[in-house]
Amino acid sequence: MQADTDWRPTASLDSLRLRAGILARIRAFFSRLDVLEVDTPVLSPAASTDPALASFKTHYHGPGAVEGKTRYLHTSPEFPMKRLLAAGSGSIYQICKVFRDGESGVRHNPEFTLLEWYRTGFDYLDLMDEVERLLADVLLDIMPIESVHHWCYRDLFDEIAGIDPFTATPAELQALLHSDHEVTAVGLADDDRDAWLDLVMTHVIEPRLGDGLVFVRDYPASQAALARLRSGNPPVAARFEVYLNGVELANGFHELTDVVEQRLRFEKELERRRQTGVEAVKPDERFLSALNAGLPDCAGVALGLDRLLMLASGSKCVQDVIAFSFDTA
Amino acid sequence: MASYSTNEFKGGLKIMIDGDPCAIIENEFVKPGKGQAFNRVKIRNLKTGRVIERTYKSGESVEAADVMDVDLQYLYNDGEFWHFMDTNTFEQQAASAEAVGDATKWLKEQDMCEVTLWNGTPLAVTPPNFVMLAVTDTDPGLRGDTSGSGGKPATLETGAVVRVPLFIDIGEILKIDTRTGEYVGRAKE
Repeated sequence: MQADTDWRPTASLDSLRLRAGILARIRAFFSRLDVLEVDTPVLSPAASTDPALASFKTHYHGPGAVEGKTRYLHTSPEFPMKRLLAAGSGSIYQICKVFRDGESGVRHNPEFTLLEWYRTGFDYLDLMDEVERLLADVLLDIMPIESVHHWCYRDLFDEIAGIDPFTATPAELQALLHSDHEVTAVGLADDDRDAWLDLVMTHVIEPRLGDGLVFVRDYPASQAALARLRSGNPPVAARFEVYLNGVELANGFHELTDVVEQRLRFEKELERRRQTGVEAVKPDERFLSALNAGLPDCAGVALGLDRLLMLASGSKCVQDVIAFSFDTA
Repeated sequence: MASYSTNEFKGGLKIMIDGDPCAIIENEFVKPGKGQAFNRVKIRNLKTGRVIERTYKSGESVEAADVMDVDLQYLYNDGEFWHFMDTNTFEQQAASAEAVGDATKWLKEQDMCEVTLWNGTPLAVTPPNFVMLAVTDTDPGLRGDTSGSGGKPATLETGAVVRVPLFIDIGEILKIDTRTGEYVGRAKE
């Protein structure tokens, strides 16, 4: 881009007005339900341990830090929000910028706006219904939702890809991708089952989800992240993803409240980071203390607002709805 | 050996895939919110012209292809090879029939062509967008017919056959668009 024009916004003024309007509707929605808006820190001494998430790192120098202190920009406000829940806040929501290193593309901007909310006393099914109500409310007369479909992860794979994601071996997933869908992947370990499942999801299933709102729930236990597990054969994660017009929009959990299990998952993630040569980080001890003190039974969800705006405005990329995208920030 | 990481991927980048030089046409970053990041790329095989798709785990490295495009002057065809010359260094390159491909029917001595070199040898030849070629054979011209309707085939000096208006005669110089293989007009004197 020319140096003398790249000061201009990447989003149109109409799209910025749409953003303001949608934000106002979201706040009105939660205000009616008496869900409290909160604001938690962006900087933290702890980072996400998720091997697939990279945190931006910065340094504080000044009073209280003679040698300087490392701080990470949050990849989501999950941990401090759960500390508020443990302290008795009741249901809360937050609209904030989050930061993820290495994520840049037509549907990714390294800093983006997240709407995250937690509902005490809800399970993930209740929360899925609320996501549907929120989207219907927010998109009313902008982009009415044409249809709503609910899938279990297993049934969805069976229906669209003709494979059982809980029993298929990585070799079978690889063969399905290669022979039925001409997807050839480079650099994935042969035994990295979850990565092969992710490939089937992004390359085979997502393009066939079609328009409308689609909820996918009950993920493999290995992809539970911070969701509790539901016993069964096999056990599944009480986790859901929301797709709108084939675009991944939100991810929610019936939240894990067991501190022992949580610590174990952190350790597993850190071990995986070590194995794959990803930078080690410290787990959030204050979050673990909060869990230890007692997180109320709750469900939570994070929804990408830039993607929602992209869809609502009929744009092709998130940069079209962000005032100044990463490249022209 | 030079290589590129997926973070360097962009349209036009030349990389080696299965031993063949390829050019990236499209690069898309794909990542589920909770999961593995990928670069999904569309690639053109520069030898065969075939377009394929590959998905790389983000962070992977791929061998770079030593491919560059140079402007060379077409000299002559010795029956087996097509010879080109760099007009600055006078260095010559011999291109095989495989490399010249369809361009052969537009190649006229002394025309400048874009030659794609792989490891220093011609891999592909792109003729100029427009070439001026003489008509060597066609039905007699119909004087006065300038409607341009209908048309007839005409053989050009390079052997190419194009559709031309009825009024064109043997010996005339025509301007041809090599990208479409279509007659554009008579060359201006």
